[in-house]
Amino acid sequence: MRSGIFAGLLLATVSAAAAFAQGGPIKLANVAELSGGGATVGTNWKNGIDLAIEEINAKGGVLGRKLEVTHADSQSNPGVARAQVQKALDNEPYVLLGPGYSGSVKVTSPLAAEAGIAQIMGGEAAELTQGGNKFLFRTSFGQQSSMPKVAKYINDELKAKSVAIVWVNNDFGKGGRDVITKEFAKYNIKVAADISTEAGQADFAADVSKIKAAAPDAVFVYVNEEESARMLKELKRQAITVPLMGETTLVGQKVVELAGDAANGARGHVGLTTDAPVDLVKAFREKFLKKYNYVPDHNGLKGYLAIYMIKATTEKMGKVDAKAFADTLHGLTIKAASEPGILMDVTFDEKGDIDRQGFLVEIVDGKQVVKQVLPKLN
Amino acid sequence: MSNLLDLLVAGLATGAIYALVAVGFTLLWQTSQTINFAQGEFVMLPAFLMLAVMHVGAPFWLAILIGILLSLLLLGLGFKLLLVDPMLRHGVLPLAIATMALAIGMKEAVKQFFSAEASPFPSIVPAGDVSILGRVVSLQSLGVLALAIAVVIGLTMLLNRTSIGHQMQATAQNPTVARIIGVPVERMILMTFLINAFLVALASLLITPIYLAKFSSGEVLGQAAFIAAIVGGFNQVRGAIAGGLLIGVVDNLAAAYVSTQYRAAVPLILLIVIILFRPQGLLGRPEERTV
Amino acid sequence: MTATGKYLRIGLGVAVIAALIIVPMNFNRYGLYILSQWAVMTIAAMGLNLTLGYAGQVSLAQGAFVGIGAYAAAIMTTQGGMPLIAALGVAIVLCFAIGWILGYPALRVQHHYLAFVTLAFSTLAFLVFRNEDWLTKGIYGISNIPRPNVMGFATNRPLPFYYFCLGSLGIVSLAMWWLIRSPWGRAFVALRENPVRALSLGIDTRRYTLMAFAIGSALGGVAGTLYAPLTQYIDPVPFNLSLSLDLLMMVIVGGSGFFFGPFLGAMIAVLLPEWLRFTQGYYLMLYAVAVMLLLIYSPTGILGILDRYLTERRTKAASALRAVAKSRLETAP
Repeated sequence: MRSGIFAGLLLATVSAAAAFAQGGPIKLANVAELSGGGATVGTNWKNGIDLAIEEINAKGGVLGRKLEVTHADSQSNPGVARAQVQKALDNEPYVLLGPGYSGSVKVTSPLAAEAGIAQIMGGEAAELTQGGNKFLFRTSFGQQSSMPKVAKYINDELKAKSVAIVWVNNDFGKGGRDVITKEFAKYNIKVAADISTEAGQADFAADVSKIKAAAPDAVFVYVNEEESARMLKELKRQAITVPLMGETTLVGQKVVELAGDAANGARGHVGLTTDAPVDLVKAFREKFLKKYNYVPDHNGLKGYLAIYMIKATTEKMGKVDAKAFADTLHGLTIKAASEPGILMDVTFDEKGDIDRQGFLVEIVDGKQVVKQVLPKLN
Repeated sequence: MSNLLDLLVAGLATGAIYALVAVGFTLLWQTSQTINFAQGEFVMLPAFLMLAVMHVGAPFWLAILIGILLSLLLLGLGFKLLLVDPMLRHGVLPLAIATMALAIGMKEAVKQFFSAEASPFPSIVPAGDVSILGRVVSLQSLGVLALAIAVVIGLTMLLNRTSIGHQMQATAQNPTVARIIGVPVERMILMTFLINAFLVALASLLITPIYLAKFSSGEVLGQAAFIAAIVGGFNQVRGAIAGGLLIGVVDNLAAAYVSTQYRAAVPLILLIVIILFRPQGLLGRPEERTV
Repeated sequence: MTATGKYLRIGLGVAVIAALIIVPMNFNRYGLYILSQWAVMTIAAMGLNLTLGYAGQVSLAQGAFVGIGAYAAAIMTTQGGMPLIAALGVAIVLCFAIGWILGYPALRVQHHYLAFVTLAFSTLAFLVFRNEDWLTKGIYGISNIPRPNVMGFATNRPLPFYYFCLGSLGIVSLAMWWLIRSPWGRAFVALRENPVRALSLGIDTRRYTLMAFAIGSALGGVAGTLYAPLTQYIDPVPFNLSLSLDLLMMVIVGGSGFFFGPFLGAMIAVLLPEWLRFTQGYYLMLYAVAVMLLLIYSPTGILGILDRYLTERRTKAASALRAVAKSRLETAP
């Protein structure tokens, strides 16, 4: 029995060594939240990756070589994520993809950096790119760049002096809440109520009645799509009429589908959305819907973009060189005109943060309407 | 004050959901000492079965019917024959562990064969709000509450007024004696599994429009219902209902007056206090059997 | 047990230990990480096996004790700059004390209420880990947990750290072996087998049950102090109720009440999903099915199968002897 286990592990080691033959497929490794609390996030990310790879391979691959990806499940647990990333790195992939949870990124990014392999991930916590890691790249705005835009809008356009913050108590929600609280302090906006909610929460009556009691000028909602929908319904039921402001997770198509009328009037800053008024994004949405039979959230887009980031960077280098990959991607601007798969022009800075166009949208009659386009900075 | 009433009404609505799920727990425990850790998943699954039938093109009413039948077959008969029967004689724990594995398997299967996404589910109760004494209450919540009350009345009638009910009670109280006086114990145990399967299918039908059809929605439900069953009394149907409603209300009050971060803690502290002072649960009776 | 049987068992034991030391030498980092994880989980499961298998109490909080140990190690080594051994001491004392306080009222009332109280405690502990940012850094977690120096040897690399975990497992196993054979251990078993009789024999049942639970919990803390430097990052999520349930599964699946049960149970829980990963999205489903089938086949766990097999063989051998004796009697003139 036990010798069988060792034999199995040994076999895995040996087959690992037989990677990287020139001319063969380019090997990518994805470690994502495919089960557990983050399963929806990870599955979207994985589907986005698979779609992009299928497209690229159908057109002959990258520099004539096909892309090949292995998917590993982190069970939404940092300890498991570490094991799976270790396994992936032992196989010497060209680039590491994922994970999506910030905690899992924190535990795995030192490993990738030590191996000198670039890691393109989905985490949004501000601190991830602050530690000087030269191999870590985002696929979306970090909270340090999205939240200031939200705070500015609340101050300039909504002219709110006091705001209630509703956030989901995980690394995503807490991170956003902490950054925006600091931003509000800069504008002297008072936090009228600071309300944490649970992932999977179904009953928001108590939370909304707290908001009602605090009587804020606006409400900032930073919870996942399903909870956003329930929250919006409850806000409507308790007749709260002040402006509702959020992020991608408050104003996405999914929320509108689940919340119905109650979503009308919700506004938000949107970095990546399948509802963006960009033709390439709309085309992506159709392709995704056709393949998987549902409309992806922003994580689906992130996975898709990660693969096109790899394609553009590799073609820029003109060779498949894992060691030079990170250096090339730093400071790189990828234009949608030359690489349609990137959907919108994007620039990566020295920290691995992203610069891209963003949108401020409002839900009107069940449709996202773009109120303001926030241009790319550089 | 009006705020407090709002919270009470909302808490009762959520509590009714927990109660509905908890009833099945107590039923299975009473007749067969089964602790079903997959009870939350049992509520999650029927909605997906119904969605699958609708996907083929069947109308909603037919999907409900087939969904309930499949639940009876899979979650009632199948569960009893394949998992419970072979393990029952070996005590409570191995079976409880096996139901934990079953919960994992069900979640993964739904995720793999249906979707990891949450999908909306049609409601048999019209989606809308009514105003009662100036409080706005959703019709769906009222529907759940009504069903929970109907279930208690129905089950109490069944258990106390019918001969099958008497036989089931005898089975629950002492299977050996019941067997001696000629009660078909096996058939009675099967009955409770079928009743549980029917109840979870009904619960699924009413709860899913609120919770959405998602592979993981059983986790929260199962745990809340388990706690509700302990608080109310593991061996009484009424106890499960009382426990469910109490947990729902306490949770809401805790979120409003204690702390949203610790809202889940308050029902648990309540649970510990109840065990210390009334270990059999609020409405339960002390157990003679040691487990 | 015959003398040859005894030698066979000692030989097998030495071979397994040697294999655990030698074979992993040429493993890659992933294999070593998984094996270290197995060693850590085995320690936690051994603690629960003492509570459950020997003293007959169900605890649904072993994962929370692992969490307490892990946080003690993480906080003390990153913020206090203290050595891991100090954290180990704190974790053991803390978990023992909390176990005692938790078990005291629960065992006052009835047998299975400890399960309910520990269920509640498990979630309460998770909420404290998550909400008390000032101490635990909340949901952001604690990063850069250092790996210890053991007698001058740094354990930063995967192989030395694996030996560190394996060595800890060895020490815990020896201590447990001794404990079970001590009068205390015999009292624990007496409690499980027949509490009324134990009571009439003058064993203070409540004190011994509490003791078993508290020691078991302390071992959870020991496992936690190893878990933190293993992953080098902890946040509250891995220590929720599902870890407690997983550990319970390990004990039952391995064979509750058998000394080697936790070793095998942890192997199933840690290694089986890894093997099954080649089936991609189906691996957890297959794992669940495998656990169910195993429990249906043998509700007493893997070692239950072996036990049954040995008993059967012994009865067969005995009946064969009887048959031979009988035939001799019959053929005798």
